[in-house]
Amino acid sequence: MLSNTRKFSWVVDLLLLAAAISVYFIFPESLGLGTRILVMVLFVLSLDLALGYAGIPTLGHAIVFGVGAYAAGLFAVHVTSEPLAGLMVGAVAGATIALISGLLLLRTNHLTLVMISVAMAQIAFEIANQASAVTGGVDGLGGIEMQPLLGLFEFDFYGKTAYLYSVAVVALLFLVMRFFVTSPFVLSCQGIREQRERMEALGVRVYWRLVAMYTISGVIGGIAGALNAQTTQYVSLEVLGFTLSAEAVVMLILGGVGRLYGAILGTVIFMMVHHVASGIDPANWLFVIGAMIIVVVFVAPKGVLSLFFGPGKSA
Amino acid sequence: MRLALSIAIDGIAYGMILFMISVGLSVTMGLMRIVNLAHGVFSMIGAFTVYWLMFRWGVRFELAVLLGIAFTVVVAHPLNVMFFRRIYGMGDLEQVLLTIGLVFIAIAAATVVFGTEMRSLQLPGYLQGSVDVGVRIVPVHRIAVIVSGLLVAVLLWFAVERTRFGIHLRAAVDKESAASALGINTSGVYAKAFLLGAALAAFGGIMGAELMPVEANYPLRYLVLVLLVVAVGGMGSIVGTFCSALLLGIIDTAGRYFVPELGTILFYLVTMLILAFRPDGLFGLRGKS
Repeated sequence: MLSNTRKFSWVVDLLLLAAAISVYFIFPESLGLGTRILVMVLFVLSLDLALGYAGIPTLGHAIVFGVGAYAAGLFAVHVTSEPLAGLMVGAVAGATIALISGLLLLRTNHLTLVMISVAMAQIAFEIANQASAVTGGVDGLGGIEMQPLLGLFEFDFYGKTAYLYSVAVVALLFLVMRFFVTSPFVLSCQGIREQRERMEALGVRVYWRLVAMYTISGVIGGIAGALNAQTTQYVSLEVLGFTLSAEAVVMLILGGVGRLYGAILGTVIFMMVHHVASGIDPANWLFVIGAMIIVVVFVAPKGVLSLFFGPGKSA
Repeated sequence: MRLALSIAIDGIAYGMILFMISVGLSVTMGLMRIVNLAHGVFSMIGAFTVYWLMFRWGVRFELAVLLGIAFTVVVAHPLNVMFFRRIYGMGDLEQVLLTIGLVFIAIAAATVVFGTEMRSLQLPGYLQGSVDVGVRIVPVHRIAVIVSGLLVAVLLWFAVERTRFGIHLRAAVDKESAASALGINTSGVYAKAFLLGAALAAFGGIMGAELMPVEANYPLRYLVLVLLVVAVGGMGSIVGTFCSALLLGIIDTAGRYFVPELGTILFYLVTMLILAFRPDGLFGLRGKS
């Protein structure tokens, strides 16, 4: 298992980072796609915290992504377009919405939780849709002009800065999450996932643990949303859409739930298949994705990674 | 008063459509414990078949409806045998994914055959006009929807409460192992209930095509709506689905009349509150989930 071989694991991390950087040199014309993949990786990692590690079956996780994206977008338009400040705003917004929605959401479980999570994301979607004076509604929020990163690097037309900026943000947050998921707090969340009653009997305040974990997941998800707004310089209504929530779950399961590498691998596979299939036939990439999902769940229900490394519990 | 009645008529018509589409899903989820996100596919198949038959072959509406339902059942049967029986007993999340995968494939297939435009069904003459019911002028189609919804509800009630199939079905819902030990062919009952649900979804999709136009994206567009009706009603409860479909139909319609600027927010807010206080739905089978 990956977690048993720490040194090997660091090698994997470095290889991943090297791969991300080499894309910059090898595929300079595909940096837009690369940035999108990185943003999704971060979002799916945030979903992994909630769904994978804490076992919260949310099908409305786009709510943290979307709120983070709108917050960062509006902040850039109306306050300052300094990128790092925008990420902070996205993080706070994601955490806030996760905390508020989590207080209600986590009182329920199983299918009811799935439904309420969907309903909440839909409410957020409708609010963004109706408040078109602020959000731009269906036209989306445009006019986001980012200042140079750290005052040094201009965001260019080819998306070079945007790509490297995303690599840096995702790599840094991944590093933080790697330490975080081995913490006693996350272990207790995994305990709740495995056996809720027993954790309750041990005196763990299950509800508040889950709220805390969901909020932390909201921080990461909000940053992912903010990163999306900054790198595309645009926020569309899609950031709150049901499709995004559903696709994120698919990506996570594809790679393997409850392991950070699973979130990365699943996202990369899904996005690449999506890209290639929609390039070949724009109308029917859904067919490929649908078939892929079914095959994966039947053949490797614990994710692609489990085929090679067995059912992992951490990292 | 006039307005209230007017809203009631539209809301009930909408609710009846939601009921017909959702009731099969409620039974499948309550009975077989399958989270089937692909249920809307059956409504789409039914409505598209009717469209195809009428548009391409000039088949009469009534015959097209029957053939549309029959074709949906013909498609649903092998799907049940080859797909849904295999996912029986898997985790919630796996079932969510598998059925979402099925939805994606269905959307892709429908896009190939019918393109991405919305299609409306050509109603026969006697369903097109409108009549004055004293309160207001109501399209005949609305009345037909309400009547057929009520008819479905009554027939379903009769089938579940008064027939041998219904006895077996209720036994299987209450305690599958005991029912099967008593010699009831539970998988046969499951299959019949599944196909009946698919047929009703097709019928609902066809009758509802006026309010919910059929298009390739149909199964995804109305997915959340149908799931919420089932969740609010309580899984496995036919009465619950009926009540929640009417309730949500009326709330949604009233919301559109009084606070159009809120869009569907009111609808989702109400469902969220109901679920927050009654996680098993209005008529949920407590302790079963």
